[in-house]
Amino acid sequence: MIKGVRNIFKNGVFQDNPVFRQILGICSALAVTNLLINSFAMSLGLIFVTSFSSLTVSLLRNYTPGHIRMMVQTLIISAYVIIVDIVLKAYFPAMSSALGPYVGLIITNCIIMGRCEAFAQNNKPLASFLDGVASGIGYMFVLMAIALFREFLGFGTFFGFAVVGDWWTNWIFMIMPPGAFFMLGILIWVANTYVPAKEENTGGAQ
Amino acid sequence: MDINPMTILIASIFTNNMILANFLGMCSFIAVSKEIKTSLGLGQAVTFVLTGTSIINYLIYTYLLEPYGLEYLRFIVFIITIAAFVQLVEMIIERYVPTLYYSLGIFLPLITVNCAILGVSLFLVIREYTLLQSLAFGIGSGLGWTLAIVALAAIRQKIKNAPVPKGLQGAGVTLIITGLMALAFIGLSGVVTIQ
Repeated sequence: MIKGVRNIFKNGVFQDNPVFRQILGICSALAVTNLLINSFAMSLGLIFVTSFSSLTVSLLRNYTPGHIRMMVQTLIISAYVIIVDIVLKAYFPAMSSALGPYVGLIITNCIIMGRCEAFAQNNKPLASFLDGVASGIGYMFVLMAIALFREFLGFGTFFGFAVVGDWWTNWIFMIMPPGAFFMLGILIWVANTYVPAKEENTGGAQ
Repeated sequence: MDINPMTILIASIFTNNMILANFLGMCSFIAVSKEIKTSLGLGQAVTFVLTGTSIINYLIYTYLLEPYGLEYLRFIVFIITIAAFVQLVEMIIERYVPTLYYSLGIFLPLITVNCAILGVSLFLVIREYTLLQSLAFGIGSGLGWTLAIVALAAIRQKIKNAPVPKGLQGAGVTLIITGLMALAFIGLSGVVTIQ
């Protein structure tokens, strides 16, 4: 059991990392990574939605007719995303407006649907829940890595605290869209070079 | 919010491009951009669905959700509208325009989970667009998405035999190219901007 849990985490965070290995869910990975704090909030939201929707899908897996399962999964995911949205609006209104439409776009984040289809559909509830958490952490890991560089180079700050002196010139480029594309491209390059892949995967979502 | 719909149309194609400025619809953008022909097919389907769903979602939000204070249900309602619209379009063109169905058919199911579609509907709620502005935004975003994916496919076809470092092949180099394209599109930002 313990070994199984360890495997789920190892796969979710490193070997099958949803972002740089499976190229899933990168819309939001690119959009919110200009600040660490935004990425952190987004990742927490995603971990919550992935884990609980995997749990729910797994609990309902024997009662869901095969041909409408996509629709059922989408509705389950939307319900959890609405919870995240309402909580953000109520307690963190500034964060809610900073993330804008990207909170709602968690619904179409392919990671969640992917985990529901690939894992929760055929596994027990607890294992599915942990798998959701692991994929979410893998996603968080990549987001924080990108945001760390983008925030540092773009604003000279770390979680909003200035870490360099006045001599630092902000790279405005890093907080604009192209900076995000370059950072993710470089990260995928580094990951493909140093994290051993189980099998060749040239990338191709959906 | 008093922007000329024409301005929104131009801006959403060039300066506020769905992919290059808002990162929406990346999954299929990377996966399907290997050939110009398929990219063009997907682009057409996205434009068509975007135009339809932006209008329908605007009407539903303004006349059904807002008057009854049900704004928080918009995620579920929008995604159901999109799924239903895609299904309907698939059935209609299969019945009446079979040639179009053969060229677009395989792309239609993919579109339900394309974040650009849901993204446009969410943006037009946040930015409080009117009906005409929503229509312009829908069409423009679709055309902009098509432009970006076709351009990317053209570049990818050219570099097919280029000696790309091993770890960078596939998704990595595609993202770098997209970054360069985004950089080029930023050059147009002086023309029009919308927020």
